[in-house]
Amino acid sequence: MNNNGANVGIVIVSHSPLIARGTADMVRQMVGDSVPLAWCGGNAEGGLGTNAREILTAITSAWSEAGVAVFVDLGGAETNSEMAIEMLEPARARRVLICNAPIVEGAVMAAAEASGGAALARVVATAEELSP
Amino acid sequence: MHASRPLLPGLIEACHAVIASNADHLGELDRAIGDGDHGTNMKRGSEVVYAERDQLGSLPLPEALEKIGMLLVTTIGGAAGPLYGTLLIEMGRGLRAGRGNGVLVETLPQAVAAVARRGRAQAGDKTLLDVLYAVQRAVLKQSPPAEVAAYAMSAARDTISMKALRGRASFLGDRSIGHMDPGACSCALLTGSICRFLEEFPPA
Repeated sequence: MNNNGANVGIVIVSHSPLIARGTADMVRQMVGDSVPLAWCGGNAEGGLGTNAREILTAITSAWSEAGVAVFVDLGGAETNSEMAIEMLEPARARRVLICNAPIVEGAVMAAAEASGGAALARVVATAEELSP
Repeated sequence: MHASRPLLPGLIEACHAVIASNADHLGELDRAIGDGDHGTNMKRGSEVVYAERDQLGSLPLPEALEKIGMLLVTTIGGAAGPLYGTLLIEMGRGLRAGRGNGVLVETLPQAVAAVARRGRAQAGDKTLLDVLYAVQRAVLKQSPPAEVAAYAMSAARDTISMKALRGRASFLGDRSIGHMDPGACSCALLTGSICRFLEEFPPA
């Protein structure tokens, strides 16, 4: 258990808003609402893409004192997530981790772990066990 | 020689123009080995900076560079946003910290190194870094602008025969060979445009 009673938050970042939202739907349906959750994806013209400012907004909206685990799909999503984390104040930035895990399975497994009150490192490790 | 022009707004206009006239070409290059959005992404970013050029021109240079970098990060998106953004943000920070005695080009090596860290890429990976390293070499040996531009374009052409090791194109493996990297192309085009401007309107 983490020591402040808050559950780790989950952020889902995909180039596709449909994938990001669909993954968030799966997390909600399988894990419920005990975990702070946010998603983002797509560019300003309604096409595919990721954007550091929107990721920052998502992290802020899923913020938990226990930290936030971020799930990404392809390269740019990870690079933009790194930039978004650097835009946070340092004390918060230290409590946000990008998971090296498949986005759908990783987010669901991590959220399940988080819903039981696991600490950030445990939540991330659970998701990353899915990676070969 | 023409009358002097405000440096930063002039450079922004030059960069905006070269991206506007090459956006389709960048999109085509990116459709060949990436996801096809490099032209529209760069266009979106350059338009936002262009719209704020006068306000940016009124700021001290380090602050203006950091602000442009942040605008690029948040409007270009993709992988190019953080890479171009990091370059400018780091140049601004370098100037502010008094690196290279306040000479802008002297801040390039550390800014380019920051881009490499951000992209986890190195020379020869078929990315815009291949152009940035060539520009850095040319600038540090004080080549004239026309020569810097030529080195940049030649470095972009060199990416044609490379196999992509970073970025979306790396998924294609050997099939990425034979195409110019779109990021390297935009970087060479921007360099060319900046160099032409500096030749025409040398800063005092």
